[in-house]
Amino acid sequence: MKLSIKGRQSMWAYIFISAPMLFFLCIRIYPALYAFNVSLHKWDLLSKNKPFVFLDNFMDLFHDQVFKASLINTGKYILFAVPIGLALSLGIAMLLNSITKGASVYRMVVFIPYVTSIVAVSWVWRWMFMKQGGLINNVIGLFGISRQPFLDSTSQAIYVVISNIIWQALGFYTIIFLAGLKQVPKTYYEAAMIDGASPWQKFKNITIPLLNPTIVYLSVMATIQTLQVFTQVFNITSGGQGIAGGPLNSTVSVVLYIYQLAFVNYKMGYASAATVVLFIIILTISLFQMKVLDKKYDN
Amino acid sequence: MGRKVISLILAGCMTFSVLLAGCGNKNEAPDSTPQTSTETSTTAAAKPVSIEYWQYFYETKVNLMDELIKEFQGANSNITVVQKHFPYDSYQQKVAAAVSAGSGPDIINLYYGWVPKYVKSGTLQQLPEASFSAEKIESTFAPMVKVNKIDGKYYTVPTAVRTLGLFWNKDIFKANGLDPEKPPKTLEELVEMAKKCTKIENGKLEIEGLTFQPSGQLHSWFRPVLLKQFGQEPISADQKTVQWNASENGYKAFEFLVNLAKVDKVGEKDFFTDDSTAFISGKAALHIDGSYRLGSLKSQAKDLNYGVTVLPSYNGVDTSFGSFWTNGITTNATGDKLDASVKFLEYLTSTDVMKTWTQKIGEIGARTEIANDPELLKDDKLAPFIQQLPIADSYFYVDEDADRKALMDAIDKVLLNNVDPKQALDEATAQVQKLLDEYWGK
Amino acid sequence: MSKYNKVFAYVALTIIGIIMVFPFLWMISTSLKTGVDIYSPSIIPKSVTLNNYARVIEDSNFLVWFKNSFVVAGITTVSVLCFDTLVGYTFAKLPFRGKNFLFIIVLSTLMIPTEMLIIPWYMMSNTLGWINTYWSLLFPGLTSAFGIFMMRQFFMGVPDDILEAGRIDGLSEFGIFLRTAMPMVKPAMSALGIFTFLGNWNAFLWPVIAVDKPDIYTLPVGLALFSGESYNQWDLVMAAASLATIPVLIVFFFFQKQIIEGIHMTGLKA
Repeated sequence: MKLSIKGRQSMWAYIFISAPMLFFLCIRIYPALYAFNVSLHKWDLLSKNKPFVFLDNFMDLFHDQVFKASLINTGKYILFAVPIGLALSLGIAMLLNSITKGASVYRMVVFIPYVTSIVAVSWVWRWMFMKQGGLINNVIGLFGISRQPFLDSTSQAIYVVISNIIWQALGFYTIIFLAGLKQVPKTYYEAAMIDGASPWQKFKNITIPLLNPTIVYLSVMATIQTLQVFTQVFNITSGGQGIAGGPLNSTVSVVLYIYQLAFVNYKMGYASAATVVLFIIILTISLFQMKVLDKKYDN
Repeated sequence: MGRKVISLILAGCMTFSVLLAGCGNKNEAPDSTPQTSTETSTTAAAKPVSIEYWQYFYETKVNLMDELIKEFQGANSNITVVQKHFPYDSYQQKVAAAVSAGSGPDIINLYYGWVPKYVKSGTLQQLPEASFSAEKIESTFAPMVKVNKIDGKYYTVPTAVRTLGLFWNKDIFKANGLDPEKPPKTLEELVEMAKKCTKIENGKLEIEGLTFQPSGQLHSWFRPVLLKQFGQEPISADQKTVQWNASENGYKAFEFLVNLAKVDKVGEKDFFTDDSTAFISGKAALHIDGSYRLGSLKSQAKDLNYGVTVLPSYNGVDTSFGSFWTNGITTNATGDKLDASVKFLEYLTSTDVMKTWTQKIGEIGARTEIANDPELLKDDKLAPFIQQLPIADSYFYVDEDADRKALMDAIDKVLLNNVDPKQALDEATAQVQKLLDEYWGK
Repeated sequence: MSKYNKVFAYVALTIIGIIMVFPFLWMISTSLKTGVDIYSPSIIPKSVTLNNYARVIEDSNFLVWFKNSFVVAGITTVSVLCFDTLVGYTFAKLPFRGKNFLFIIVLSTLMIPTEMLIIPWYMMSNTLGWINTYWSLLFPGLTSAFGIFMMRQFFMGVPDDILEAGRIDGLSEFGIFLRTAMPMVKPAMSALGIFTFLGNWNAFLWPVIAVDKPDIYTLPVGLALFSGESYNQWDLVMAAASLATIPVLIVFFFFQKQIIEGIHMTGLKA
């Protein structure tokens, strides 16, 4: 049988992806299905019995105040960390793009937070945002603002964590944005200059449209990652010895709650149910974002 | 064509995983521990057996355990003990992963508050009557070990325990006109002295009179110590009912606790990030903590001029909180392994090992006789902790973290959201009662 | 660009730079402090000591953990670069049935938190006898959906006619990928390399469960030994964490130029 060009290409496509797909099936998809299955069971991680309870875990989740709080908090993480992080890093990338001398040093500086140990830096964060004598309170004190409780406040603690998430992610976003900016042909800007366009017009009419694929790609990735925020919340709000999640669950994220359910309370079935809910949320949001992305490619 | 390939891939995956599973079965239960004792002795008849012991990583504990194992193996040449240890923060996760996969140790070192969970799941087996009868344990060990008697049975036994003591900074006492050698003896004195030592400048807290860290040891001071002193048992005798709010006295104890921060303002949560850091840095006059703090004080704050005493009494009630890491035998150990595990456990809980443990680790040997050991009492910093051995009490948790969190939340509700203390305590009690009901299968 | 703008850019970047490095410098500074000075809310040490570094290197298995991490991160990075590039290319450029469906499956693997994969992974590794081997540390990172997604995006920017030209020249499909397409996304591969190396270098949740012998610990697992039941040895944590950033910064330094310079040839294209 002779294959057409398309047929031959698709044969090679299957060959190229077979090994990695097999790997994914064993290492990622099978465990995920395993978790989905566990979500229908009541399973104390230490116990050999896993009675089937059908949707009981999901019903319990529905009434769980902490889970509800974790969903709302995760929403806040997304709403603040993603847009602010992306906007700031786009700004930094544009600044970096406009200089030549010492550019590599500045790039390194922006990238440093991304490589710094989260455990170590969380400790620094707790010191900076300490209520009594912390650096941030000293600085805002200079402007006559009274001392803030920060991590000891149910309303402020989450923003302290968000500030750390943004700080750490900026390096990653900036590098990708920088890559995107480098591909915008300089001639576009030169043409706009001749037309007498203002910097804002140039930004709005040239930079943003041409960067669109990068922006969409980064928002998809940033959203997926932030929806699963765990390490920062865990390290900053556990205070080294306490229970993570902030005062009165004010910073607890969905994944942190899942982690606590699974590995502290050993309620594996219940934790799996929460995972399924999170999965559905992420999938929905991502598919929506991907749709936007695919549209761009059609044009 | 596409569909065919996909089904081919799927079939491939299946065969692949079947093959993998097949391999696994062949290699099942490999004896991962090399048999090192090759000497032929008079006990040659005894079959060589290897057992595994797990604990969390604490350098001096791990090193001492290596020495103890060597000594034990010298006396029991057919037994090999393999010690494995894990980072403290991940210990629970590691144990759970191993147990759920059907592997794991023969003897395991657990925090006493986790024991009920392990008992319920069937991970631990009851200690054999012959060596560890309930009667024997209760007559020779510190009374606090009773907390782990579940349905009349013992599943674990500790080598050493810790009690809470009161640390005080002598320099801060002196600076505020207090006798640096006279720490508070009663709760009234404690509050009075803490108030005197609290230093606030321009509205900024400079020095805490008494540390206030709910996530630290504050919660263990409340239950059982404060509750008992105010006249309320924290939990019913059958360990099935929480009684924090069972009487007016319970509310009074809780109000006393939250008022330290709210009314007396002698301490603040997260001051200098946490209570022990504040005390180590010389920013707190009084601090309640366990004997394990002595080690970090010694290594980090050589110049700190401090003393340690027993917890202040109230209403004539002297008590302390006792906690411990305890050793259990898992259901993995059967036959020869079980015999060897029991032997090793007997060795670990012998008086001699306890003495060494007390001297090297700073935890107190769990047998009551240790409390009267003149040699150990010579250490004036350790002595108050040892003295409290006969009066210290533990508190029964079915889920240590959830229980602690319930109390922390109650304190936060009062301090941050101005909730009425009674209501906050009621809510916390209800939450913990739910945990107990779940545990006892109501 | 006007001089005025340039000055503004440098001033702004310097301010941002200071904010970005400040916490990092605090970490370094704490690692140089001694005694209770580590608990003073000041970035300047009272006295500078390298003692913490000496203790980390001499008293712990630091160098062994360092090596283990390097091996694990190195191997996973090479593997990801090979597989993710090929799969990303396939999804971007080759027609086949079920493509969208398979791609969504790949993407969806990013949506299950690692925390929930640990128990199945452990059971699998335990059955197969992988526990306590390098392999157990390695296997979850051998390919990543993150990389496949990224490479797919970048390959989409490669013009089809270039690949067509390769076909006319009689190159095999793999040859087109290797000789024609891949060179055009080298910058993206550099970025992917950095991010993959870093991700595996910092991985903690799985390695801490997968191995139980200190001589096969990775760096983050080893660092966890400095945290205890009642207190953390922050002086040592800071020293070890500072040492741990060095190789990643070196990797970054070597690759960054390539990312920035080469990217305009292809990149993400609308």
